[in-house]
Amino acid sequence: MQLTQKHEEYWRKNLIVTGILLTIWFVVTFVGGWYSKELNSISILGFPLGFYNAAQGSLIIYVALIWFYQHYMNKLDIEYGVNEGEDE
Amino acid sequence: MSQSDAAFSHKSFFGQLKKYYFFYTLGFLGFVIALAVAEQMGMSRKWIGYWFLFATIGLYAAIGIMSRTVDAAEYYVAGRRVPAFFNGMATGADWMSAASFIGMAGTLYLSGFDGLAFVMGWTGGYCLVAFLLAPYLRKFGQFTIPDFLGERYGGNIVRSIGIFAAILVSFTYVVAQIYGVGLITSRFTGLEFGVGVFVGLGGILVCSFLGGMRAVTWTQVAQYLILIIAYLTPVIWLSLKHTGNPIPQIAYGQVLQKVTEREKVLTVDPKEIEVRGILKGRADAANAALKDPAAAYAKGRADVEKKFADVKASNAPAEQIAAAEKAVAAYPKDEAAAKAQWNKDKGLAARAAPPRPHATPFHGAGKTEEEKQKASDIARRNFLGIVFCMMIGTAALPHILMRYYTTPSVRQARQSVFWSLFFIFLLYFTAPALAVLAKYDIYHFLVGSSFASLPAWAATWAAVDPTLLSITDFNKDGIVQLAEIVIGGDIIVLATPEIAGLPYVVSGLVAAGGLAAALSTADGLLLTIANALSHDLYYKMIDPHASTTKRVTVSKILLVVVALAAAYVTSLKPGDILFLVGAAFSLAASAFFPALVLGVFWKRANKWGAISGMIAGLAVCMYYMFTTYPFFGGVPANQWFNMTPITAGVFGVPIGMATLIVVSLLTPAPSRQVQELVEHVRYPNLTGDITTQAT
Repeated sequence: MQLTQKHEEYWRKNLIVTGILLTIWFVVTFVGGWYSKELNSISILGFPLGFYNAAQGSLIIYVALIWFYQHYMNKLDIEYGVNEGEDE
Repeated sequence: MSQSDAAFSHKSFFGQLKKYYFFYTLGFLGFVIALAVAEQMGMSRKWIGYWFLFATIGLYAAIGIMSRTVDAAEYYVAGRRVPAFFNGMATGADWMSAASFIGMAGTLYLSGFDGLAFVMGWTGGYCLVAFLLAPYLRKFGQFTIPDFLGERYGGNIVRSIGIFAAILVSFTYVVAQIYGVGLITSRFTGLEFGVGVFVGLGGILVCSFLGGMRAVTWTQVAQYLILIIAYLTPVIWLSLKHTGNPIPQIAYGQVLQKVTEREKVLTVDPKEIEVRGILKGRADAANAALKDPAAAYAKGRADVEKKFADVKASNAPAEQIAAAEKAVAAYPKDEAAAKAQWNKDKGLAARAAPPRPHATPFHGAGKTEEEKQKASDIARRNFLGIVFCMMIGTAALPHILMRYYTTPSVRQARQSVFWSLFFIFLLYFTAPALAVLAKYDIYHFLVGSSFASLPAWAATWAAVDPTLLSITDFNKDGIVQLAEIVIGGDIIVLATPEIAGLPYVVSGLVAAGGLAAALSTADGLLLTIANALSHDLYYKMIDPHASTTKRVTVSKILLVVVALAAAYVTSLKPGDILFLVGAAFSLAASAFFPALVLGVFWKRANKWGAISGMIAGLAVCMYYMFTTYPFFGGVPANQWFNMTPITAGVFGVPIGMATLIVVSLLTPAPSRQVQELVEHVRYPNLTGDITTQAT
């Protein structure tokens, strides 16, 4: 099995999108978590922001990240011709 | 089957499932309404409990019987036909255990912000599952996680370590689940704990025994629907009651502000300070007495006797004499009894602190600013440590990863992680709201009520189970102070229906939901253990020529054996559920995560790297737990950077990963064949591709 240039490009794009999404994940979780005390001085929807991020905000972002990933990758598969046969 | 046929059948299958589960949900709601009517007509609480218990377990058993199978692909991966949406629901039920359903809101009530580490950890981990593992495992398409390790790294050593780790992790976790099953069954039906365990076990076994993954999947979908209805109903009601807004997640911001205000009031309230003073005094006295127990015992005895003699001699009123006489009678019989009492009193010191501010992160207690800062820094480190271990652990638990083998395609595996997190999110998003709403109720209505007329729910629970709620009038003023209340976390979810003023039928519904959560997780875990033994150990390593029927039969027998072993260990009550669960995550993270992820993303990772990396990660993690957790004889003084035992993965994961990389680089690169395998899993579809899918 020989991988073509197109295949290499597909994988590179996959790595880039994975990297970006993981960076957002990391910032929301660990940077946001580390500065929770400082964030608490800001108020959002009646919540202190640090608390809101840990209890709700980060969860919403996780769901959104995964939705974006599946949407992007499933389109990328078709674009690069590595998609499977129709399964639905 | 041609491709268009397959497409057609998947589509109609999905449509059918939607129809079935829609009517199922309607039927279940009808059942609850019928019981509500029966309650109004005078059905007793005990019978409502029995109806929920036996109807739901009967239902799961029926699904199990309908899905029975001896076909290997059906038994191990539900025929790889589970649509993304339903696999998401099944994963949700598989994932959310008794700890999530019953324990989570209680943990948040007790530890405020710091408890949110579990909320973040147990949801954010799905990002790692989605981006790093699920689609690749689905493309690889075999039956178990050791399958992937064995194929990717070659040889039976890696597979064996995988089997060992999968069993260790799942067994630790399953004990916690069976414990939860016993607890719920016994509490809501009055059956004994041991009997409760075996009734629940029967429900678990019928399902997984007859139909393996296929039966477990379709039961888990049914269980998810019950557990989410059960969780959301009382919280929505409570939110409506306190805020007039039926969406608790939005409404509780206002409530949180009120709770924070109330905390400030209670911190400086003179009555509260008085009670805290009494508690502190008792703890101090106990500490002093424990320094020289013999002398303290003799002095205490002499004191009460002297008091009795004095009041008698001074002709005091009769009730004073009676009280002094009672004090003499109540004095501990011997030094050992007195010591036990002092050791108990020592613990009162913990309750002598002002209420913990709910929304404040990393609350550190201490006498000086410097001490507070130091405690707060340790709390912050542990918060992030728990988040890290729970997230990486999520992306390494075999019973969860295994679920992504069951979708029809890579494409649906990706969608399925989205649905999984979405369905899990519904509960985790609600738990922090529930904790705050319950706190509001307790701080405003229970605190300040008189002992003569406690709110009905508090009176009932305090009478039923003092470990969940006990209130003692320390300052004898007849009014409840916050410092006089001791709450066990589990009560938050269990008592919410009553706090919200809902009929008992909703309490039964909550119990059924908790049972569904515990049973579904136990099902998935038992199946993982049985498969590791029957598929990975027996078929792949001992008898590769075994027929399909024989393999499935072996798996079924092992399932029963493992279930009985787990029930036996549970009956020994090996302690803290939260520790068991946390330990399972740290162990899984250290053993599996580096080998799985680098196996996909780094072609250079080889057999020796994986072997040494997995052993190093697991060894560091286990060593840390053994030296720091009291149950194994460890002491907190052995901790590194003051990290608690459940965060052992913080050390295990990086060490495992570094070892894997270094050893791989020092040994020869993997063969061309292995590199082709890696390329194969990276692309959902390649022309001239190899096949790895097992049937």
